[in-house]
Amino acid sequence: MSGKDQADALVEQVVAAHDRHSPLSIVGSGSKAFYGHATPGETLSVTGHTGIVNHEPTELVLTARAGTPLAEIEAALAEQGQQLPFEPPHFSGLGTLGGAIAAGLAGPARPYAGSVRDMVLGLRLINGQGELMRFGGEVMKNVAGYDVARLNVGALGTLGVITEVSLKVLPAPASTATLALEIPASECHPRTEAWLRSGRPVSAVAHDGERLYLRLSGTTSAVADAVSDIGGEPLPESTARAFWQSLRDQTHPFFDPSAEPLWRLSLPPGADLTPFGTPSLIEWAGQQLWVRERADAHAIREAATAAGGSATLFRGELPNVSVFHPLDAVKMRLHQSLKAAFDPRGILNAGRLYPMLEAA
Amino acid sequence: MPAHAMFRPEDIRFEVDVDPLIAELTRVLPDEGLIVHEAGRRAYECDGLSAYKQLPLLVAVPETIEQVQTVLRLCHEAGVPVVSRGSGTSLSGGSLPHPQGLLLAMGKFNRIHDIDADRRIARVDPGVRNLAISEAAAPYGLYYAPDPSSQIACSIGGNVGENAGGVHCLKYGLTVHNVLELTVVTMEGELTTIGSEALDAPGLDLLALMHGSEGMLGVIVEVKVQLLPHPLTKAVLMASFDNVEHGGHAVAGIIARGIIPGGLEMMDGAAIQAAEDFVHAGYDTDAAAILICELDGSEAEVADQMTAVQDCLREHGATRIQVAEDDEAKARFWAGRKAAFPAVGRISADYYCMDGTIPRKQLAYVLRRISELSAEQGLETVNVFHAGDGNLHPLILFDGNKPGQLEAAETLGSEILQLCVEVGGTVTGEHGVGVEKINEMCVQFATSEIEQFHAIKQAFDPAGLLNPGKAIPTLNRCAEFGRLHVHNGELPHPELERL
Ligand SMILES: Cc1cc2nc3c(=O)[nH]c(=O)nc-3n(C[C@H](O)[C@H](O)[C@H](O)COP(=O)(O)OP(=O)(O)OC[C@H]3O[C@@H](n4cnc5c(N)ncnc54)[C@H](O)[C@@H]3O)c2cc1C
Ligand SMILES: Cc1cc2nc3c(=O)[nH]c(=O)nc-3n(C[C@H](O)[C@H](O)[C@H](O)COP(=O)(O)OP(=O)(O)OC[C@H]3O[C@@H](n4cnc5c(N)ncnc54)[C@H](O)[C@@H]3O)c2cc1C
Repeated sequence: MSGKDQADALVEQVVAAHDRHSPLSIVGSGSKAFYGHATPGETLSVTGHTGIVNHEPTELVLTARAGTPLAEIEAALAEQGQQLPFEPPHFSGLGTLGGAIAAGLAGPARPYAGSVRDMVLGLRLINGQGELMRFGGEVMKNVAGYDVARLNVGALGTLGVITEVSLKVLPAPASTATLALEIPASECHPRTEAWLRSGRPVSAVAHDGERLYLRLSGTTSAVADAVSDIGGEPLPESTARAFWQSLRDQTHPFFDPSAEPLWRLSLPPGADLTPFGTPSLIEWAGQQLWVRERADAHAIREAATAAGGSATLFRGELPNVSVFHPLDAVKMRLHQSLKAAFDPRGILNAGRLYPMLEAA
Repeated sequence: MPAHAMFRPEDIRFEVDVDPLIAELTRVLPDEGLIVHEAGRRAYECDGLSAYKQLPLLVAVPETIEQVQTVLRLCHEAGVPVVSRGSGTSLSGGSLPHPQGLLLAMGKFNRIHDIDADRRIARVDPGVRNLAISEAAAPYGLYYAPDPSSQIACSIGGNVGENAGGVHCLKYGLTVHNVLELTVVTMEGELTTIGSEALDAPGLDLLALMHGSEGMLGVIVEVKVQLLPHPLTKAVLMASFDNVEHGGHAVAGIIARGIIPGGLEMMDGAAIQAAEDFVHAGYDTDAAAILICELDGSEAEVADQMTAVQDCLREHGATRIQVAEDDEAKARFWAGRKAAFPAVGRISADYYCMDGTIPRKQLAYVLRRISELSAEQGLETVNVFHAGDGNLHPLILFDGNKPGQLEAAETLGSEILQLCVEVGGTVTGEHGVGVEKINEMCVQFATSEIEQFHAIKQAFDPAGLLNPGKAIPTLNRCAEFGRLHVHNGELPHPELERL
């Protein structure tokens, strides 16, 4: 298949940086430059390392090099009636596969179709010593050795440079519809549960403060039945697609980048959302909450912890506030020793996840 | 059992002074909590892979998390290895005791603390049996999806240890996809939680790392799992093929149509015959292969899919299609598949259950090679497998009383695993590596990858006390097995100790 294999050059660059003890900042398309702590060092660009290496539609597997634009992968899948279930955002088609895996963020279907890591079957990785290794594979079940492939999802490039990824892909649904309903935000969780338990093919639930948006995806008759039974206002297909995409790619007016800071809260199902104030945008039937809060970072973190969740300062900076939710002492030690196990000289994306990671 | 498969010198390097340890442990573990006598320890000498037997030095049966913490702390201080054990049904020797080690039996951790029906979360002890979770959730219309065939016996802690799977995993995932949070004790005796009730947790995905780690990174003392609503409807059908390859193409065809069945299982002729003789399920004993397919969802979804699947099976040359008319028939269709192992146990003195995964398109080639390799070893092989995901379970028939047959079965097993790697698959699907497949790890992974695994292990357990000799081969072992990837005769990092 097409594309360019630059793995050797990437390995050389990491080996050289390792030998010189000099830091590297891994960059895909750079669309996520705002996310996480700033990373020092020379740029290691993965965008030239591209191409779909293997796609077996009937095995539900796709393997591609990390620099491949997500848009290219989604187009190849769509040709076979398939999709990436976790709906990675790709902002004008620029985002790369490696960046999406390293960032580990999923779109509106996350609670119903699975996370980014749920779909990762295997990957190739260059560790901080410049060793190119392969973990997992192209088959659904891989328990041989530790699950290094899934460990790298959301690691933001702190454990290695991802050069190739194998993903589980799924058939695209035969039919999709979106309903807008006059239902208060506090009803997101119970209503969604009721729909799920009556077998409705729920594939996304969001609330913009005024209305609840319910997306249904499945077989033609299952979607048609649900639409006629649930009621509400069916959105025209193009409006619906634009709405979900605006959440996925954060182009919805709520995400106006000039209105920093933006918090992302990850909460257990059925959590009380009132302590987080307004304005907010609710996704995942209440399990992902976007909040703008400049005043009291401490209060937000406390409230998230009390609810059993976590709070990320997704966009913007606040003095003396770490981007990611603090870890307990045992987990921090494990994080530091794992970082050292992959990148003993601390040269890969130093400080991006937790500035203390390289302290070991 | 050949010595190469058990412990190597570097796995049993520990110097243990047992008497002071017993004295301290007795204080922590009252009554039957510490088993010292040989007769008591004998009960734990093997797991489901009974060809491997080893007496543990001691057996601890803690009842509280504090006891687990203290036992681990004391063992850590004394430099004594620890092997965790759930129900001991592992088929790869994962919970085989260590000769110089303490066996930590988690059987008394058997309480279901909470079924939170509104949020579909169950909080359970690690020793709770897999099926018990679904039974406790059933009154709320909920169940726990991963369903290993051993589900009446195996524990959820052991399921995490092996990342267990079952018939439902093509659609609903493996253990790793269904566990939300673990409470874990480190070898030093410290307690932490990994994962979260939310859909993600901050930091690195340690939760994924714990799955399939075979008790080598920490001891699990509590598990929170996701529950699912019972599907509203289920349909089960069975298709016969006069050629295994056609069955394989039919599986690909179903998936190409965009259908992911709740279960999709295949049996070859020998397995059909054995199962039919055992459970009288009404299987087509003239068929070279049968495919059992379960569809689940709402009435409308299942009806749509039923039509599509039947069309597809016919197109791919199914010689007969049977649809289960009622719940009794559905259970009967599944009964033979679920009882395939004991059914084979009736036709052969002994059998050895292998586990490997292949890309499904290689099925016909792999089955042909398995029959050739079987013939070379003079043994018969019966095949049942998870057709949807390419996970094979060849059952190698042998007679342990006939000299050389056990060794031949082992050799054949190893050859089958290497075949799986050769066609782009892996040496385990769902049974783990344990001691059984540790040599074949050297075939699947390069030296740098194995060293990376050791580095991860060291990050969690610097003293190397948790389940030594399992899952990740030492480089010495690979060298002996003839599979160390060495360049220019030089070992990478010669300064490092080879553990
Ligand atoms: C909720 C959400 C909101 C989003 N909002 C925006 C937005 O407002 N604007 C926008 O442009 N995009 C946005 N995206 C899209 C997202 O940035 C991209 O889809 C993709 O995840 C990042 O790809 P990239 O190539 O641009 O990554 P980059 O930004 O280049 O990298 C992201 C992270 O991954 C690391 N990384 C990249 N490649 C590799 C690799 N091969 N190996 C190891 N580490 C690597 C980087 O070091 C960095 O830590 C959003 C995504 C989500 C989920
Ligand atoms: C007839 C039969 C059928 C089977 N079918 C299947 C199947 O369909 N799918 C499948 O996946 N497996 C199957 N198995 C294998 C086995 O049942 C699974 O591997 C199961 O997950 C093991 O659970 P256990 O509680 O018996 O664990 P054990 O055998 O006790 O332990 C397994 C591993 O987990 C570790 N462990 C156990 N408890 C803990 C803990 N609390 N903390 C940390 N580590 C721990 C152990 O150290 C060991 O490495 C089958 C076995 C049999 C005998």
